[in-house]
Amino acid sequence: MAHRRRQDTAGNGQVEENPNYIVYRKMESIVEKMQDDVTGVPVRTVKSFMTKIPSVFTGADLINWMMKNLDIEDQTEALHLAHLVAAHGYFFPIDDHVLTVKADGTYYRFQTPYFWPSNCWEPENTDYAVYLCKRTMQNKTRLELADYEAENLARLQKMFSRKWEFIFMQAEAQAKVDKKRDKLERKVLDSQERAFWDVHRPVPGCVNTTEVDIKKACRQNRPLKVIKPNYAVPGGRISPSVSEAELHNPSDGLKIQINTLKQQLDRRNVKLSKVAESYVSFYEQYQEYDPFSTTPEPANPWLCDTPEFWEIEKNLKDLPPRRVKRWAFSLPELLRDPAGREQFAKFLDKEYSGENLRFWEACQELKKVASKDVTSKVQETWDEFLAPGAHNPVNIDSKAMALTTKNMETPDRYTFDTAAEHIYYLMKSDSYARYIRSEMYKEVLLGSKKKPKRPVLVKLKSFNMGGGQSFY
Amino acid sequence: MSNEGLKVKVDNNSENIDALQREVESLKTKLEEERLKLNDVTLPDVAGRLESIPSLNIKVRRVLKGHQGKVLAMDWSQDKRHIVSSSQDGKMIVWDAFTTNKEHAIAMPTTWVMACSYAPSGTLVACGGLDNKCTVYPLSFDEDVTAKKRPVATHTSYMSCCKFTNSDQQILTGSGDSTCALWDVESGQLMQSFHNHTADVMSIDLSPSETGNTFVSGGCDKMAMIWDMRTGDCVQKFDGHDADINTVKFYPSGDAFASGSDDGTCCLYDLRADKEVNCYTKQSIIFGVNAVDFSVSGRLLFSGYNDYTVNVWDTLKGNRICILYSHENRVSCLGMSPDGTCLCTGSWDFTLRIWA
Repeated sequence: MAHRRRQDTAGNGQVEENPNYIVYRKMESIVEKMQDDVTGVPVRTVKSFMTKIPSVFTGADLINWMMKNLDIEDQTEALHLAHLVAAHGYFFPIDDHVLTVKADGTYYRFQTPYFWPSNCWEPENTDYAVYLCKRTMQNKTRLELADYEAENLARLQKMFSRKWEFIFMQAEAQAKVDKKRDKLERKVLDSQERAFWDVHRPVPGCVNTTEVDIKKACRQNRPLKVIKPNYAVPGGRISPSVSEAELHNPSDGLKIQINTLKQQLDRRNVKLSKVAESYVSFYEQYQEYDPFSTTPEPANPWLCDTPEFWEIEKNLKDLPPRRVKRWAFSLPELLRDPAGREQFAKFLDKEYSGENLRFWEACQELKKVASKDVTSKVQETWDEFLAPGAHNPVNIDSKAMALTTKNMETPDRYTFDTAAEHIYYLMKSDSYARYIRSEMYKEVLLGSKKKPKRPVLVKLKSFNMGGGQSFY
Repeated sequence: MSNEGLKVKVDNNSENIDALQREVESLKTKLEEERLKLNDVTLPDVAGRLESIPSLNIKVRRVLKGHQGKVLAMDWSQDKRHIVSSSQDGKMIVWDAFTTNKEHAIAMPTTWVMACSYAPSGTLVACGGLDNKCTVYPLSFDEDVTAKKRPVATHTSYMSCCKFTNSDQQILTGSGDSTCALWDVESGQLMQSFHNHTADVMSIDLSPSETGNTFVSGGCDKMAMIWDMRTGDCVQKFDGHDADINTVKFYPSGDAFASGSDDGTCCLYDLRADKEVNCYTKQSIIFGVNAVDFSVSGRLLFSGYNDYTVNVWDTLKGNRICILYSHENRVSCLGMSPDGTCLCTGSWDFTLRIWA
C-alpha cells in the first residue's frame, strides 16, 4: 500500500508534534492493553453458516472490559470513550463505515498498527483514488462502493483526469497483490484498509478526527528559528521553562531561569492551610448567590423562559435582603452593586467625606479613558481633588502627596495610584466598617421603605458609558 | 583565532553552562523544600468538611445554530443575555442567547476568527485570528456594521485571544508571536507589551478585582504568567503542565486561577501560595482541555475538552461531579454568564449551547 509513512523526526526535535499525537499515544496504550492475549478483550473467529468471520470481538465484551479496566464511572462514559477510540480508527465495526460502538453483539476488529493515525501523515487524494479504483476491480459484494464513495470516486476522476491512467494501473497492481493473499487474511486486510479510509475520509456527517487545531497547525508549520543544541541535561529532561528562544544561547536562558527561581525563593508565600480555608469560606459566603448551587429567586431565566430574574435585578426599589447582605462581605462587593455604591456615597456625604469615593472613582475612570484624554483627565482630577485650593480636597499623607506631585511631571494613567490606594485604605478601614454598622445600612437591609431618590440605573449607565465614547 | 583558542572558548562556555545548570538544579531543590514547608495540608483535606455536591441537573437549554464552520471563540455581554461568537468560516455572530435570535452577522475579510470579545458597554465587539489583527466593530442597527470597523492591533503571528479591559477604550491581546499587548482602541496605539513567554500565547484573563491591574496568560511554553499591566512586568510564573496550556481563567475571588492543557488536566494555581493547589485529572481523560470557567461561588469548575464533553469538577474536593454530553465535536470555548445563571459552550460542531 502506498500511503506515505510519517517520517521519524521526533528524535532530533526538529518537528513539533501536534497535540493530536498526545491523544494517539494515550489511546495506543489503552488499545495495547485491550489486545493482551490473556487480560485483554476476547478476540475470536466466529463461524457462521457457510463462512468464517476472523479476529473479531463484540461491543458488549469491549464495553465490559473498559468498565473493568479503566477508571470509568458508567456505561455512558465507556460508550463515549469507545466511540472516540473507534473514530480515531483503533478498532472498527466490521461492516459499517460509521465508526462508532454499541454495547451489543455487533462485531468489531482491531486496526493494525500500520494504519494507526500516529503512523501516517495525512494521506493524499491520489492514494484515496487508487484505493477506490481498486475496490471497483474486486468483484465482491462486501467491497462494493457506498454511495458517498462512488461520488468521491467520480469527483477524483474528474480532478485527476490527466493522470487517471497512472492511478488505474497502480490500483490494478495492488488488486493483483491482494488476490494472492489467503482468504481470511484478505478479509481482515480489506476491512482494515476500509477503516483507515473511514478515518481519513469519513462518511459525510461524521467527524474527521485527524483535523488539527488551527493554532497548533500554525505553530507546527512555522519554521523553527533555532536548532536545538545537543547539550546533555542532568536528569535527562529539559525543564519546561527552557525554550526555543532561550536555547539560542543556553547560558542566557539559564541566567533567566536562575533569576526567576531566586525571585520565587524570595517571595513570602502563604501556608496552604490558610489558603485552603479562604477557598472554603469564599464558597460558604457565595454559595447562596451561585445559581448552580442554590436555586435562584425568582427562577433562573434560562429554565423558566421569563426574564423576570433580570428585571428584578434592575428594579432598585425594594432591594431583597439577600442582595443587601452581600454588601457587607467586602468593600469591592459594595461598590460592585450600583445600588450599594449609591448608598455608600450618600453615607459618605453625610459624614462629609464623599470626596474620597469620588476621588477613587475618578482614579479608576482615569485608567479607562482613551489615551488622548489621559493628560486632561489627570489635570482635571488633580485640580478637583489635590491641587492647592481644590474644591473637593482629599486628605492623603505627605509621602503619598509628594509622590503624586512628582508623578504630575509625567502624567499617565497611574499618576494617582498611590494616592488612590491610600484613600481606598481609609475608606475600607474606616468609613466602610462604620457604614456596615450604621442604621442606614440596617434600614436598607431590613427592606425599609426609604428609596434611592433617583433611579440608580441612570447612574450605572453613565458610569459605564462615560469618557470618550463619541469618537464613533 | 587558532583552532586551539576556539576549542578553549567552547570548553569554557560549556563549563560555564554546567555551573549554571548546577545552580538551577540547587535552586530548584531549595524552592521545592521551601514549598514543602508551606504544604501543611491539602485543599481536598480542608474541603473534606464541606458536604459533597448533590447531583446536578444541568441540561442544554438553548442551541444557537447559524455558524457554518467550527465555533472558535465566544464572549458574554455584561447584559447577561447577549453573546458574540466567531468561527472558522470567517463570521462573527452577535446573539440574543435568551431568544436565540441572531442580531448581527458580520463577515470578516479572513477565515479562522480565533478570538472575539464583547466591550463592557455592549456597544462594541472585537475579533481577530489568522489575520494577525484585532479589529473593533461598533454594533449598530442603523447601518452596515463593517462600514465602521477599525483595526486596532497588529501582531506578527495569529491573534489567539483578546479581551477588553474594564473599559471600551482598551483591549488586551495574546498572540502566536508569544507576546501579549495592551492597545488603545481609539488610536490603535500600543500601550504596553508583555514579553516573557517563549512560545505562542493561547489564552489570557483579567483579574476580577476592579483595582487589580493584573492579568494571567497561558501558552505553548507550558507556562502561566501573572502580569502587571502598568509596568509590563511578569510578576509570577507557574509551571507544572506537560503540554501546551490552552486556557487560563481567574477564580472569582481573584486569588487563584485555573488552567487547562493539552495534557488533559486542569490545575488550580494560588497566587498567595505561589503554587499549584489542586489538579483535576482522571486516567480515563485522554483529550486536551480548551476552556475552563468557574461558577459564581468558585465551587464548580467547568472544563471543555477535545472529547466533545464538558466535565464539571468540585474545585475544592477535586473530584469530578458529572460529564455534560451533547456536542458532537470538540468543545473549543466556554464561558459562565456574568451572573452565573448559565454556561455557554461553543464547539467544532458549528453550534453554541446554553446549559443551566
